[in-house]
Amino acid sequence: MKNSFSQSRRSFMTGAAGLTFGVAVGVPEWFAADAAAQATAKKVAVNSYVTLTTDGTVYIMSPAAEMGQGSLTSLPRIVADEMDADWSKVVIVPAPPNNKLYGNPAFGGLQYTAGSATVRGYFNVLRQFGAQVRYVLVDNAARHWNVPMSELTTVPGVVLHQKSGRRLTYGEIAAFAQIPAEAPQIALEPLATKEFRLVGNDVGRIDVPSKVNGSCEYSIDVQVPGMIYGAILRQPVEGAAPEKIDDTAARAIDGVIGIVPLQYGVGVLASSPWSAFKAKNALKVAWSRKATGWGFSNAKGLEQFKKVAHDPSQKGVAWDSKGNVQAALQTAAVKYEGEYYADYAYHAQMEPLNATAAVSPSGDAVEIWVGTQSQTIAVDAVAKALGIPTSKVKYNGYLLGGGFGRRGNRDVEFIVDAVLMSKAAGKPVKVIWQREDDVHNGRFRPLYVNRITAGMDANGKLIAWNHRVVCDRVLAFMDPVRWSTMKGRDNIAMKGTELPSYEIANQIGEGLHQDTGMRTAPLRAIGVGQNCFANEVMMDEIAAKRGVDPLQFRLQHLNARARHVVEECAKMADWGRKREGRGLGVAYLDYDGTQLAGIAEVSVDRATGAIKVHNFWATIDVGVPVHPDNVIAQSQSSLIYGLGLALTERITIEDGVVQQSNFYDYHVARMKDLPDISIKLIPTKNQPSGAGQMTTPLAAPAISNAVFQLAGVRLRQQPMLPDRVHQALLDQGTRSA
Amino acid sequence: MAEKMTTTFVVNGKRQTVTADADTPLLWVLRESMKLTGTKYGCGAGQCGACTVHIDGQPTQSCLYPIADIEGRRVTTIEGLAPDASHPLQKAWIAEQVPQCGYCQSGQIMRAAGLLKENPNPTREQIVEYMNTNICRCGTYVRIVQAIERAAKENVA
Repeated sequence: MKNSFSQSRRSFMTGAAGLTFGVAVGVPEWFAADAAAQATAKKVAVNSYVTLTTDGTVYIMSPAAEMGQGSLTSLPRIVADEMDADWSKVVIVPAPPNNKLYGNPAFGGLQYTAGSATVRGYFNVLRQFGAQVRYVLVDNAARHWNVPMSELTTVPGVVLHQKSGRRLTYGEIAAFAQIPAEAPQIALEPLATKEFRLVGNDVGRIDVPSKVNGSCEYSIDVQVPGMIYGAILRQPVEGAAPEKIDDTAARAIDGVIGIVPLQYGVGVLASSPWSAFKAKNALKVAWSRKATGWGFSNAKGLEQFKKVAHDPSQKGVAWDSKGNVQAALQTAAVKYEGEYYADYAYHAQMEPLNATAAVSPSGDAVEIWVGTQSQTIAVDAVAKALGIPTSKVKYNGYLLGGGFGRRGNRDVEFIVDAVLMSKAAGKPVKVIWQREDDVHNGRFRPLYVNRITAGMDANGKLIAWNHRVVCDRVLAFMDPVRWSTMKGRDNIAMKGTELPSYEIANQIGEGLHQDTGMRTAPLRAIGVGQNCFANEVMMDEIAAKRGVDPLQFRLQHLNARARHVVEECAKMADWGRKREGRGLGVAYLDYDGTQLAGIAEVSVDRATGAIKVHNFWATIDVGVPVHPDNVIAQSQSSLIYGLGLALTERITIEDGVVQQSNFYDYHVARMKDLPDISIKLIPTKNQPSGAGQMTTPLAAPAISNAVFQLAGVRLRQQPMLPDRVHQALLDQGTRSA
Repeated sequence: MAEKMTTTFVVNGKRQTVTADADTPLLWVLRESMKLTGTKYGCGAGQCGACTVHIDGQPTQSCLYPIADIEGRRVTTIEGLAPDASHPLQKAWIAEQVPQCGYCQSGQIMRAAGLLKENPNPTREQIVEYMNTNICRCGTYVRIVQAIERAAKENVA
């Protein structure tokens, strides 16, 4: 982790050089009140993450966006643990936008919250910052008492000199502390021997109390003086522009203030959201037909993608490879082929997209109130939209009513909306997307065709795994800046094709990314959601063809750490026990180091094809779990998200246009759809890996494999809609007849 | 073309008079005119329950309730459910660490409060049946059920 360390060191020095506690800019109100109460105490910024006060309060920056995943609490826990802070004295401060100080090493120093990469990316950095604070405090106490540092120890919030029985609280030390300009480098204790005090123990999430009484503020709740409202009828297809606007009916709506033609749509300014919505919906707009997506449909797309998948002359870009797959396939005793599909899927974060902006009268400065997965991307995009320096963008960040990948795109169009509308209005404007706008203008998990060719040697050992992925490009659309550094490798589309824990010597994941003109984005579990489905159903198919128990087949090919989660999951599910009218299916996944296994127990209504999931057991090993109960919560959460994707969630496209509108035709999982869910966290001493979306990909393959065990049909397409299951059962009947 | 109207009703025990288009959903009046933003906009179509409030004691989706029908009614929002968030459900919600993004939780709690008022000791099946109207995209359903069961138990005890 050399890179992480140099990152932390650079940040420390920058922070120590001039950071004052002027970072309250951008801090949500629920924090600001707390901060005001502490205003009389003297504050000492020890580094960019920790500020001590003479009254003992410890302010710790939390650099990531909070969208429900809990990192607002879990990141400061890591700092607090290493600095030996008294948790009851800690005040958590959401960090302002600053890549240099608060960037995530897992994203090359971008302050971007995604990919379940927050604890994974920041863990070493935050330990280092915490350890540095403790060092500075102990060093100051040693000089104060004129004793060697080696004679001092700490207990939470206090430095002790046991020989003399003297003690100094961190607050007392803050009163005279000298902060070194040069950061000390601390050798962190290896995880194998480290005994954490806060990390690994549960604590109430800082944001939870505000979320049971309505006081927690999201950007959609913002009101600023003089504010009016905006709604935008956006281009039905990306790249189309309004050619003819008939706003007669819209202007007749009471409360309408103005109509704002935009490059990508038509905006309405109004005195209330309701007026804005009604007027937006009354607009009649003819759109230019010069966009790639016109004429496209998901059905056509699937056929096109299949052709590409089957055409050996079309070579993909290698996402991940080892050994020599082609050579291994030549020598294989037996080869297997499988093909898998997925439809477009929608994020459906509960807070529809929105933002508030106030552009200065001369257009040379702006203040924004937003919920975003990247504070710095938001600031950059807004500055770019107005052609002003980023220093002229005042950022106010809020908690997110869900993210799931929808709020971190490089162009943050839902924020730029408010900026353009405010500029046109000459007033602060809150732009709210109606749910229908959020669906119609969604940026989806792409349409997929996955084709796998596997080779096995004469001993029944897998020796080659060729995973071809044909899908819409994602990274190129959602983040052209990152894409430009990736040499054609689309991590959002491709992640999960690799099988790091399966002992298969020759592997390649090839990406063949298609520009259909459809809007795409990372969606919870990104490509892993489909690529793991393909891999794990394929594993099951091979096991079945070999006549080997599918769970045993996996154990035969997995490494020791991976086997452990599978074996534990098998115990939970009582894998060997047959159930009348029910099938069991297993899936395994290594997701960026996190080890997972899942087992579904299902039944199928043969008349309708409806799948009922009765039980789902999952095991998860994230290494050192920073916040165990939250790992469980996230695993429940991401599994339920995965159930929806596996069974009911589907966006369809006709003539380039999204056909769904709201929760009545886009069906996310509801309480009735839930199986009994049992999650077992398996703590290990490994470096912490991600937890926020890891179980999502388990749902579909485990369910598909369970249906096979029960009914003998293979379901190779997500979502496994009743019609599709019913058709598969009919086809099976035809075949056996 | 919606008529403007002025109407008087009670919100969290306080008489309020508003003037707005008659077809304006109560949701937007609560949120934007009265700044009671704990009640959330999720779908505007009565599909998700994020906007659930009590109208005359009944859990109701405020996104579909026009102010034309609100005259004289008593509305309770999450802000008025109990002083200092002391409702057994609110306490249970914290004990079970239910919320994740939290956006739907006001609606979930208001819905659950309606359930417990009707049926102080619901079975798990009754909870699931009743709460199925409300979507939580973070999938906190497991803990919502646990919190309702906890609140029911502690309320009875």
